[in-house]
Formats: sequence, C-alpha cells, structure tokens
Amino acid sequence: MEILVCIKRVPLVGSTFVLTDDSSEIDTRRIGFTLSPHEECAVEAAVQLRDAHGGSVTLLTLGTAETEEQLREQLAIGADRAIIALTDGTEPDPQATAAALLEAIRADGAQFDLVLLGSESADVAGYQTGIRLAHALGLPVVTGVKGLTITDGVARCERAVGSEREVYTTSLPAVITVKDGLNIPRYPSVPGRIKARKKVITTHEVTLSEPRIAKQRLTVPAATTKGTKVLEANEQGAAALVDVFREIGLLA
Amino acid sequence: MSTLPTSAKAVIIGAGIVGNSLAYHLARLGWRDLVQVDKGPLPNPGGSTGHASNFIFPVDHTKEMTELTHESMRQYKEMGVFTECGGIEVARTPERMQELQRRMSSAKSFGIDDTEIITPERVKELVPFIDETVILGGFYTPSVGVVDSLRAGTIMRERAQELDALTVSANTEVLGIDVEDGQVVRVRTNQGDIETNVVVIACGCWSPKIAKMAGASIPLTPAVHQMKDIGPVPRFADAKGDIEYPIVRDMDTNMYERQHGTGLEVGSYAHRPILHRVDEIPSNAEAALSPTEFPFTQDDFDLQDEHALELMPEIVGDESVGQKYAINGILSLTPDGMPILGETPEVKGLWSCSAVWIKEGPGTGKSVAEWMVLGESAIDLHSSDIARFHEHHKTDEHINSRTSEGFNKTYGIVHPAEQWSSNRNVRLSPYYEREKALGATFFETVGWERPFWYESNAPLLAKFGDAVMPRTAEWESRWWSPIINAEHLQMRETAGLVDLTAFAIFDILGPSALDVVQGTAVRQMDVAIGKVVYTPVLSPSGGYKSDLTIMRLAHDHFRVVTGGAHGMADKKWFTDQLPADGSAQITDLTSAYTTVGLWGPKSREILASVTEADLSNEGFGFSTCRVIEIGPLRALASRISYVGDLGWELYLPIEQGARLWDILSEAGKPHGMVPVGIGVYGTTGRLEKGYRAYGAELETEYNVVEAGMQTKKVKDADFIGKAAHLVHREQEPAVVMCTLTVDDHTSSTGEKRYMLGREPILTLNGNPIVDSHGRRSYVTSAGSAPSLGKHVLMSYLPPEHTAVGTQLLVEYLGERYPCTVGSNNTAGLFDPTNTRIMA
Repeated sequence: MEILVCIKRVPLVGSTFVLTDDSSEIDTRRIGFTLSPHEECAVEAAVQLRDAHGGSVTLLTLGTAETEEQLREQLAIGADRAIIALTDGTEPDPQATAAALLEAIRADGAQFDLVLLGSESADVAGYQTGIRLAHALGLPVVTGVKGLTITDGVARCERAVGSEREVYTTSLPAVITVKDGLNIPRYPSVPGRIKARKKVITTHEVTLSEPRIAKQRLTVPAATTKGTKVLEANEQGAAALVDVFREIGLLA
Repeated sequence: MSTLPTSAKAVIIGAGIVGNSLAYHLARLGWRDLVQVDKGPLPNPGGSTGHASNFIFPVDHTKEMTELTHESMRQYKEMGVFTECGGIEVARTPERMQELQRRMSSAKSFGIDDTEIITPERVKELVPFIDETVILGGFYTPSVGVVDSLRAGTIMRERAQELDALTVSANTEVLGIDVEDGQVVRVRTNQGDIETNVVVIACGCWSPKIAKMAGASIPLTPAVHQMKDIGPVPRFADAKGDIEYPIVRDMDTNMYERQHGTGLEVGSYAHRPILHRVDEIPSNAEAALSPTEFPFTQDDFDLQDEHALELMPEIVGDESVGQKYAINGILSLTPDGMPILGETPEVKGLWSCSAVWIKEGPGTGKSVAEWMVLGESAIDLHSSDIARFHEHHKTDEHINSRTSEGFNKTYGIVHPAEQWSSNRNVRLSPYYEREKALGATFFETVGWERPFWYESNAPLLAKFGDAVMPRTAEWESRWWSPIINAEHLQMRETAGLVDLTAFAIFDILGPSALDVVQGTAVRQMDVAIGKVVYTPVLSPSGGYKSDLTIMRLAHDHFRVVTGGAHGMADKKWFTDQLPADGSAQITDLTSAYTTVGLWGPKSREILASVTEADLSNEGFGFSTCRVIEIGPLRALASRISYVGDLGWELYLPIEQGARLWDILSEAGKPHGMVPVGIGVYGTTGRLEKGYRAYGAELETEYNVVEAGMQTKKVKDADFIGKAAHLVHREQEPAVVMCTLTVDDHTSSTGEKRYMLGREPILTLNGNPIVDSHGRRSYVTSAGSAPSLGKHVLMSYLPPEHTAVGTQLLVEYLGERYPCTVGSNNTAGLFDPTNTRIMA
C-alpha cells in the first residue's frame, strides 16, 4: 500500500507567543518548530499500515528548505522518503495549499492508495486542506478520524462525537484527515535517525496561486484560565460530578 | 498584593542552585532581612538548574574547582539529595590513557583518594551495556554521584526561612538596579522596589543582562549543551531509583552517557559551539519547555548519535528505544572556563555569583557568602574572581571567541601551558615587531603577547649542549623549547633583556597614600623615597592575597607593580582600601608604562655604557629606584631581580620603549647579551632561586610563615591580616615551602620524563603527604634549573619532611620518581647567599 502523509512545519509555542512588530506573523526568532500532533499521529498510522500491508510511506510538505528538519524527524519514525513542495515561505491560503500539494503529487508521479493529513494545522487551523485536496484528486474523504483500520482495501474510520463514535467506511484510494488520539506516536530511535539521514528528499518547486483569503493581522488572545477545574466538596460539586458521569455515559 | 519588603540587607536575584545556596549560607552566617527574587516560578524558575544533568565528578585539574566541588558534594550529602553511583572516564586512545593518569595525579594532589585506572574488562563488569572493545581503559571514581539540585535548592531556601532570615518572591522580575555614587542602592521589580546596599546576581545565563542594568559587566555567554533522553530501555525496566550504574564519560568524543531511571541520557560537548545572546532567551510563557531548554537541533548531534551507538550498541542500537526528550540546554560559558564570583569592580555592593554549574553550586554559594560576610572565603577563589577581567576581556568578541574555542575542550586533553588560538594580538608591547623579527614564540597573558623564547637564540643550543636539558617526550616538549634553558645559561654568563610590559602598574597618590599602602602591605612602607619594597599582601585571616612590589617615588606617591594576570584584582584590593574622603587616589598606568628587565653579570657594564648614572653598589643599591638618563630617554630604574642576577627593571613611557630596546640591544651586543623570554623569567630563573609566585605557591590557603617569607620583625603600623599574621608567627607552621630536585627521570620505558607541576609528592612508601590542616603536598611549580643541571620542584611539606636531603617521591603520569629536598627556606638552590644579585 502506497501512503502519502502531508505534514506542515509550525512554530513550537509555549503558553503565549510574541508577534512580529507588524503583527503579521508569530515571532519565531526565539522559538523552535514542530508538527501538529495530528500529523504525528498520521505518520505513526502510516508507518503501522505500511508494516502491516507492505508498500511505502511518502511524506509531503509545503514550504522552504527548512522543512527538512521536520521531514527528517518523521523519516526517523519510519517513513521511507519525502517531498518538499518548495515555496518562498509565503503562507498560502487553503486553496493555494491544496493546489500546490496537488502539483507536487502530480510532479512526483507516484500513485497513492491512501493520503493522510491532520484534520487541521496547528497554527492556521483552516480545516480545509484535506477536503480540498481530496476534491482535487477526485477521491473520497473522511475527516477528523480518531480510529482507522484497513481491511481488504476498505478503510474503517471512527470519528469522536462527544463520548460516542461515528463509524464510516470508504474504499481506497481515499483521503483521510486524522486527529490527535488516533494512536500514540512512537519516539524516533537513534538507529532510526541514522537511517533517516540517508533517506531521499526530493524537491519540487511549486507556484502558489493568488490568495483569495488575505491575512490582515494577528492578535494574541487574552490569557484564558482553562485547564483543571477543582470541584468543591459540597452540593454544587456533587451536581457537577453527576453531570460529568452523565456525559461520559456512566449514568443514564 | 505585594508581599515584597521595601528594604533589605541584601537582595539575591535568582533562585537556581546558586541563589538558593547563597541565601542559606548568608543566613547561616548571620545575615537577616534577605530577599530572594526570581522572575520564574518555584521550585523550577526555568534557568539552567532545571534541566541540569546533575552529576558530579569530583576530580578536576584545577585545585580551586576540585575544592568547590568537594565542598558541594559534602553539602548535597548532608541534605540527603546525593546518590552515589560511581563514574568512569573511558579512553579510546593512548593519549587519553596518559591523560587519565594525569587525572590520577590531580586526584591525589587534591585529596580525592578513591580513584583507580581500570581495564576495559572491569569497565564492562561495572557497565554491562558498554562495548568494551572500543576502549582502552577507564578512570574510575566510585564517589561520583547524582544530585537532586531542585530539591537541594528548596531545602536551602527553607532553611534560610526557618532562620527567619529570608523572604522569597517568585514571579518577580527585576526591572532595574539603581546605583548612586558608585554604590548599589535599590532593586526595582515588577512587584515593587527594594532599598538595599547589597545585591547578588545569581542569574546564570541572564547575569550579563542584570549586571548591565547597574553598569557592570559579567562576561559570560549563554551557550548550548545538547542532551537527549532515550528509553524506555529494556535493561532498565526494573530500575528502582534514578541511577544504578556508573556514569560513563566518553572523553575522546566529548560525550557522556548515564542511566536515568528507565532511560539513558546522552549528553555532548562535541557539537559545534552554539552561542546565544541573552535577548534570544524566551520568557517562561513563550518557551515551549523552559526558557533554557531550546529546541534540539538534530543536525548538530548526528555524529554524536553514531559515537553513542559505538559505545553502547545494546541500548542505543535498539530500535524500540525512542528519543523521549532532547534539548539544546542553555548553560553559561566564560572566556577562561572559570566561574565569575565576587564584588564587581564597577559598582560597590553589586556581587556576581555566576557561571556556576551544579557540581560546584553549594560550595560556591558558601564561599561567596563567606566572602560577603567575613571578607574572605576558606577556599581561595582567585581564579574565579570577577576582578580578574581586563577591559578587553569584557568584549563580545573576546567572550564569543574564547568560549567557542573552550567549549570543545570541556573533556579535552588540555596541556597546562596550552595557548588560546583565538583573539590574539590584542595587547602588543612596543618591542613586539622587534621580537617577531627575532623569531619569538609568543604566549598570551591577559591579552599581552609575551615572548617565551626566541628562535634567534637557537645557535646557543650547540654552545651549551646537554646543559639545556633536552626533552624527548612529546607531552613535556609541548609548549616548551630547550632554547629557554639556553637563554637562561647565556643570561647567567653575560646578560639578558626581558620584555616585562605585561606588568600591571598603578600609582597611589595623595596625602593619605602612605596610609593606604601601609594598611595594605605587610612590609614597612614608611621608607625613604627611592626605596623598592617587595611585600606580601594578606587577606584578613593572614593568607596570601598577593605579592607585589611597591616603589616610593615621593612622600605622597607610591607605585605598585604586580603581575599582569592578577593585576586587576590587586587594583581592586587597593582601591577598596582608599579613604572615603578622597585624600588618596589610584591611577592605573599599565598602558602608560613599559618595562624591560636587564639582568646578568654584564648588566652593569651594559647599562653603564649608555648612561652617565652611577650604577655602583654605593651609587645604586639593591632595592632602590631612581630616574636615570639613557641617551635621549629618562627611565625609572629599579634595582631588583626575579631571576637571581644583578640588574635593573627600567620603566618608561610606552611610546619610548622601542628606542630603549634598540639602545640596550646595541649596547649589549659586544657583551653577548641576548633577548630572554618569559620561560626564563617566570620559570627557570625564578625556580633556581626558589622565588615564590602568586597563584602557584602563594594563595590565601597558605600564610606568610608557611611560605617562609616572614621577616625578623613586624612593623608597628596596622595592616590587613596583621592580627592573624602575628598568631602565625607564634605557631609552628603546618608546612614549609621547600625546593626539591628530581634525582632520576628515567621512566619504565627508559625515556626521561619531566614533571610540569601539580603532581602529588609522596613518601618513600608511596603514601600521600597530608599536613595537620588536611592539605596535601603537591608540586606547586616545576621546571628546569639549567645552572644546576637539575629539574626543580616546589612544594609545601610538613615539618617532618623538610630537612635538606629528605628523600621523597613524585608521581608523574602513573610512575614514581625519586626526589630530594634541596632547600627549605627562601635562599633557594642557586647562589643562596645572593652574591650575584648584590655584585
């Protein structure tokens, strides 16, 4: 089974972040880069499927040559080769992204049975690229998948809805966008890293179509106090606990 | 709701291992109303302590560092946060095996006794997951351990709080430090201002930024140390604690591997130097991990992965073992590799306790607290003193070039005389071009390029033959030349001209000048104008703070001349003694004056040929100085000697130096005078005479009587350290400084070997020699004494070993050589009655 996984290099931010002086970008001078957790799960799933069904895993990313850092990391996990759809670093809108990915796939020439993406990128979170790419490729798409098995050319996809699951099946080839929680991605081993250094990364220069969505500026959201909520040991606390039990199905 | 006090006895900025131990020790020593602030949260505010590897190897080639580490281990153990696991430095090359033998010597010299050299098979027994076929052996230290530095910090803060001495304020960012009339007065924070006269900067890699707020300089740079944690390791699946196997330092690849619970931590000092600017460090909120855990750059670790795989294939080569965590951890590097401690020379009351690593943290905190409260520390901190830096040391270029060069030597085989290759030619004497033309080999001292020997003197090798004591072993031939010994012999026969421009020179002037020097120097300073006084300068407890020369030039004018290396610290010491009313002032003339030394039996004749001045014993006695005319120049001539021969130091304005050099070179030629390098001045000439040097023989851990430098009487005037000095004079010294000669240099391979210094002195049955204060006898200085045809060692020895003729052993690179005490006083071995100097 030939699997393509599309990944995106994104800033690795802490509990807050700093914008450039013109508020157009996140200031990345003092921080690093990573992938979104969804995409790490996509690569892990691809490697597991390849190991089970044979074939190979190809990575594809859109961006500058610096994306090699993220590609090598995922090659170390076990992907077989990678493609950079090379741009000048301009942030494309979702339509341009899908078009550029399509251009790179066509240029590469390989036929893929399964195309995996994260359901949305960690920085822009447009939730569109997977769907638009599927449309462009003329393939079925299932989005937001948290459970994936493939049997006899049919993908069984689970989506989380509250504490329940929806199940879809689709024949392959297909595009599937996945969410964090699909699996527990492995850490790269040292032998994996050493092998990754020898794996091939090919580059296709792509042209980005004129954006139809223009970014005006970014703002840093006000700090929110989400996280752990401590229930008090009283009637309100007990009532809140009952609500949680209902939600997760412990109580009818 | 600010709970921050509005005033404090002292404010400690930083709550890493250093700030926490300072807080505790200041409280323990009796200070109250201490405030500790950190911009991060507790217990891990986000500095280097939070991601430290936390292991401690006790042996270092620097005595100061070994002592600080030893004291730190004692404290960690007392706090119950130390886990002993042992540690092995493994060698992949024969050169490293020799270096490990040198480690053994340092261990013995500085009192770490549990070390041994072990075979690869023994390493394998201790570390079963190592591939012993890639190593030749190891240096095993069972007392190596791992500490919980965050827990230690909490314990120390809590102890200070139990003494009701400390207010801790986390999440408190320092916005400014106010200075009035050169004195720190206030710390401004985002939680309010604190009035205080004492501020300690214990901010690790942020320290330069905080110091700058007060106009002071802490010359360090944030730099990357890469480390990764891989696991879970099947072999460690049942690990009960943090660590159960010895830590391995793979010295030749600049790496270490240690078990960490169920994982293996791999760290490196092998990658390219990666320096950052302080403003590149993100805030706690911005950082994905902590501010000092930068994103890992795998490219820089690719080679290290392969080296780790070679040494520990069972674990590192296991595809199921993943990389759980990897960082470019930020730590602090300094241009000379030592910490930065003490009160800043720029601002009164502003202290630095920076560039301190976990292994020496609590010992350093204790020592600096002692320095702040008592005026000095039990452990001599002169190599870490912030006052050691000269102006050019504080530039970004110097910091960046030297830290980059030094980083990859973290586990390096560094020769004791090793020279820096970066940022040279910063301070050039007026003779530099002439010296270069003479084929000088330059060594650097605090920026000055100093000739150590001259290729132009190579023809003297044939003249003196085997008397130059040639060396065949590569190690002790490195950074050395037999030409040094040839220059020495030629100087003893005729005369030598020595460039001494690196001297630090400062004048003390004013109505109270006499009071200042009198209160600082041990020797009588109320002397006739034109007198030159060589004097110890003592710490309050009577240890050596310095030794230097003071000339009285007028009733209210004294000139202090001291070694360049320690010159800035000496200047601060004298500056600290100046009266508040301004009635004495200090002026640094280091860059205004150049000095040449002219010594040797022909020196009087040579100098007399270019001056009308009376140079006879009657006209120009020893230990006097006056201005003489030499052709068109007026030079301050001072008749003293650090090489044991008749002669003068000549001081004159730096722009006239070249002319003086030419005049003397011309005048000396018919007499056979040669230019002589610092190899003679600093080693061979000095050691033949048994002259002590600051930092080698003389340091605060030894007193004047032990150094054998006491005079018959003590002056009536008071001086720093006098009370202690008087007590020392009444006591039997625990040790006496002796000069020894090596009797047989032949090693087991038949090659002759020559010690370079810091080797342990042993009794004939091979036991270390320990004095009544627990101090070891080791070689403080070593070098050729060509006039005697002997290799000479200096060492402090307890009284039972000091009789002339006492036979002892010196251990060098794992072998023992017989040596004999030749002198137990200041007379030295060569010309003990000083007939040559007084000629």
